[in-house]
Amino acid sequence: MSETLLYHQALNRALDESMAADDSVFILGEDVGLYGGSYRVTEGLYAKYGEWRVRDTPISEGSFTGLGVGAALTGMRPVVEIMTINFALLALDAIVNMATKIPFMSGGQFPMPLVIRTPGGVARQLAAQHSQRLEQMLMNVPGMRIAVPSTPQDAYWQLKQAIQSDEAIFLLEHELLYFSEGTVDTRMPPPPMHRALVRREGDAITLLAYSRMVLLAEQAAHRLVEMGIDAEVIDLRSLRPIDWRTCIQSVGKTHHALVIEEDHRFSGAGAEIVAQLTEHCFNDLDAPVGRVAGLDLPAPYNGRLEALTLPDTDRIVDAAVRLLEE
Amino acid sequence: MDRARFHALLRDMLLAREFEERAAREYTEGRIAGFLHLYPGEEAVAVGVLHAADEADYVVSTYREHVHALVRGLSARSIMSELFGRRDGCSGGMGGSMHLFDRERRFMGGYAIVGETYPVAIGIAYAIALRQLPEAVICFFGDGAVNQGTFHESLNMAALWKLPVLFVCENNRYQIGTEIHRHSAVSDVYRRACAHDIPARKVDGMDVLAVHEATLEALRRIRAGTGPELLEMKTYRFRGHSMADPGSYRPRAELDAYRRLDPLRIAEHLAAQTYPDQAQLDAVGKDHIEAFSDRLQQQNLITHEELDRLRQSVQEEIEDAVAFAASSPEPVLQEAWDALNCNRNGEVMI
Ligand SMILES: Cc1ncc(C[n+]2csc(CCOP(=O)(O)OP(=O)(O)O)c2C)c(N)n1
Ligand SMILES: [Mg+2]
Repeated sequence: MSETLLYHQALNRALDESMAADDSVFILGEDVGLYGGSYRVTEGLYAKYGEWRVRDTPISEGSFTGLGVGAALTGMRPVVEIMTINFALLALDAIVNMATKIPFMSGGQFPMPLVIRTPGGVARQLAAQHSQRLEQMLMNVPGMRIAVPSTPQDAYWQLKQAIQSDEAIFLLEHELLYFSEGTVDTRMPPPPMHRALVRREGDAITLLAYSRMVLLAEQAAHRLVEMGIDAEVIDLRSLRPIDWRTCIQSVGKTHHALVIEEDHRFSGAGAEIVAQLTEHCFNDLDAPVGRVAGLDLPAPYNGRLEALTLPDTDRIVDAAVRLLEE
Repeated sequence: MDRARFHALLRDMLLAREFEERAAREYTEGRIAGFLHLYPGEEAVAVGVLHAADEADYVVSTYREHVHALVRGLSARSIMSELFGRRDGCSGGMGGSMHLFDRERRFMGGYAIVGETYPVAIGIAYAIALRQLPEAVICFFGDGAVNQGTFHESLNMAALWKLPVLFVCENNRYQIGTEIHRHSAVSDVYRRACAHDIPARKVDGMDVLAVHEATLEALRRIRAGTGPELLEMKTYRFRGHSMADPGSYRPRAELDAYRRLDPLRIAEHLAAQTYPDQAQLDAVGKDHIEAFSDRLQQQNLITHEELDRLRQSVQEEIEDAVAFAASSPEPVLQEAWDALNCNRNGEVMI
């Protein structure tokens, strides 16, 4: 059955169905209950499931994320909402030192069915402390799994899969995607949670992107077609693990690859992707793998400057054309 | 206190209200973007506290800090320009509403991650204590912020080392949509200070004179080296948490009860959904600023003409600030790089 939903509604649907199906699922976070969530993701759930399963917390990210870890040890399936990724920095101890370590250092005794959901990325003029892209920090942590849905369908699928998983999963949403619309099929069996998907087929160049940047890559691909360049767009959907097979297959066909990321260029996700593609596809590549990324600047408040620090379709098109000319 | 002091308190409250209501309007018209957290309702706190501070004292604040900056002496022009993201803003257009800074006036910043003001404040206080200077740090935070670990961690260190900090809780009873009884097991914030043997009390934050006196006394002791103190200001915000929040979780009767302490001419700037119209405002009665100006008139501390002049000069100041901000140039990208590398001191790194 498919219907048109906004991204936040798709997440809401996934939570609702998961909670109805399994009473070990519960939600906690700031303003998730009575208020319905800052981005409306938990709307209606407080009335339906009550305060013990939809818990409004104080502003204590370190401890309520740790609470999620503790509950997960007993087999509960907590879904912790951190209002934005910027505040997840206060929960890094629970995420890095606890969630990803306890199953390992106990010699494999404990499950960690914990989901941490949070929006990241640059929205509009929220300034330096509220515009961060921190996914690369978690990518470097063994035991972490990171899903980055770019469409309502993936938001629905990946959140449900994350809740069902016995491992700790970080679901990175995007502030500018919550009100994007898309078709959601709730019956169709989902692809594996970490499988990359080809959003558009082409044979001239592979554009690799995740989260909101997928939308920009698709727009760039449309413009490139008008210029006679047939670009393939891959939505990574996951940053740890990364589905290298899908990426490598595509590069084998196009011989050119361009990574598009909103994160800062230095040591961002793109750095790992370039390294892996270079290792695995060196002989297939007709040019070095390119990167379009955010500038290595904190987000300025001024709107024009903020825009200059981020990838846009013009920059993607230019970079693709230049890469093909090399 | 002489007439001039009373006038100064009243003028700053009027200026604060005018500034914030104008900012709301500019936001609605698209000249200010991002998150905008406004202060109407809480003016007596910033004004009462900061009029008790010395020039040599430091101020550390949150994202709801326009009025703290204004009362601290940053010009309305420089703050409005910052909200507009312009070069003449106090943070050069890089910080915006939530990150006002002014080193010269020892306005040590607006911080947007809840719970950051305490460690910054005790750090400044540590430097003061180490150098044995007669200065103090005023650290603002909300009721929601006391559940961040940094609150207790910092209060402990401040007490342990007798650091000259005045912790000022602006208790407006809400952490965005979560009412204080739903976020804190102990809803009297001042009682938490006793865990660290920090003298603390609760103050009527809608009464500028009460705030002012409590702050003067506390700062006198703090400067004498007796260690940190905490004041809990009971206050209320009339608007939503930010311009993005309609504030519909609050009971109408509650809003009206706080407003009874006086509304000014806010209604014309209608922006938040919960804002009452003029008829409703009139029916409710007076808000705290109007009540204060009535009180000054009754006690012959201000004449009708003086009050009119104050109101007019405040309006002119804000009008001028908006015109100035609108004509201030936008920063260029190089200025962002310069800000990032401002401490490089010409070092060649590689
Ligand atoms: C660490 C952190 N968590 C969450 C937020 C989102 N947030 C911004 S303001 C706020 C509520 C703060 O309430 P309070 O301390 O009472 O201050 P008020 O806004 O009422 O002045 C929240 C949850 C944040 N900025 N930082
Ligand atoms: Mg509050």
